[in-house]
Amino acid sequence: MTSKPFPGRDWNSHPAYVSPDYRSSRLRAPSKPLQQLPDTPELHAGPHFDGNAVRQLDNDLLKNGAHDGEPLGQRIVVTGRVLDQHGQPVPDTLIEIWQANAAGRYIDRNDDNDAPLDPNFLGAGRAATDAQGRYRFYTVKPGAYPWGNHHNAWRPNHIHLSVFGPSIATRLVTQMYFAGDPLLEFDPIYLAVPAAARHRLVAEYSPDVTESGFALGYIFDIVLGGAGKTPAQT
Amino acid sequence: MSTDHGQTPSQAIGPFFAHGLIPEQYGYAFTSLAGTALASERTMGERVRIQGQVLDGEAVPVADALVEIWQADAEGRYMHPAAPPRNVEFTGFGRAGTGADPHNRFLFDTIKPGAPQTGHAPHIHVFVFMPGLLNHVSTRLYFSDETSANERDNVLQSIAAVRRNTLIALREQSDEGAVYRFDIHMQGPLETVFFDL
Ligand SMILES: [Fe+2]
Repeated sequence: MTSKPFPGRDWNSHPAYVSPDYRSSRLRAPSKPLQQLPDTPELHAGPHFDGNAVRQLDNDLLKNGAHDGEPLGQRIVVTGRVLDQHGQPVPDTLIEIWQANAAGRYIDRNDDNDAPLDPNFLGAGRAATDAQGRYRFYTVKPGAYPWGNHHNAWRPNHIHLSVFGPSIATRLVTQMYFAGDPLLEFDPIYLAVPAAARHRLVAEYSPDVTESGFALGYIFDIVLGGAGKTPAQT
Repeated sequence: MSTDHGQTPSQAIGPFFAHGLIPEQYGYAFTSLAGTALASERTMGERVRIQGQVLDGEAVPVADALVEIWQADAEGRYMHPAAPPRNVEFTGFGRAGTGADPHNRFLFDTIKPGAPQTGHAPHIHVFVFMPGLLNHVSTRLYFSDETSANERDNVLQSIAAVRRNTLIALREQSDEGAVYRFDIHMQGPLETVFFDL
């Protein structure tokens, strides 16, 4: 039995594995071309996590690490939709969230950045999309932080996101950036993305999403792969 | 709003994902979605351990990788919403960070999956994420004691013979039971076959 090949990654959207300016890619990026797979049903299924994996405070990073007060920093609310390549909503899928605190420090024991920890901030959370593919979470805007990639390198403000989607081919781990960040044009991880696709990683400030007297609002839509090429491309 | 439905680009997982993705394994105050033990007492099937390292281009074990696996149950059925319900919960999904082990190994305690489809040998999907890897990689673990099924598997057979062995986990017997050794080489002469997924 022969079956047609599974449509692979869209390299017009994703960064190349080997991106020499991102130093740690040199010894960790695969050097050989990826192997194509035949299109079989198991590539259209995958681990399923939905709103059942989200506990009450999981989508509120302002509260889920608080001990004796609120975390410091600019409160933000992030919302958007998870879509497939045809623009259809991806309902009931899990988004995992992790980030540095407002000073640019992670709670991770290996983070040696000389910036303060916040006793009221964990920097980890979860949200799920609803029937319309919409998600929402609260947090503080993470600070920029220095890293060892090159002299005086600083990561732009970013929130790490992991999304499952309906199949093992829709799995996505990415980073959400903030419009207007001057560090973006110096960041080799962001710049590894094809220029035409970079704007898809940048959340837009939204006065409509902003909550009066409480939190700045940002919109970040996420488009998953794995469903093959769009009709317009075939 | 933009009508551009181009895919959201992948980005590296970064070095500091443990508190978000595998907090219990690393001792952070958050619940883990999944861990290294996939099978409960009631799960049917042969207990096996999957063990390996992720090795960089200088054959150094990677200490900050996240490895995810997804597999079928002992009867070859994957757990997903469209699948018929079954008696015992077995998600088939596991996660391990290589930084939690002194030898930077990933260790999964699971059951050996059955063959998922006619013409396919039993296998486990393996995904690797780490700093320096701008897109995660996808590979498959096949079993060294499934020689005849492996010879009929069209995915394995589509791979050049010289590289096919990079996908075969070697069965060893330890005091605690069957262990399958599966090292993942990112580069070099033993570079693992990664799939376009
Ligand atoms: Fe980061």
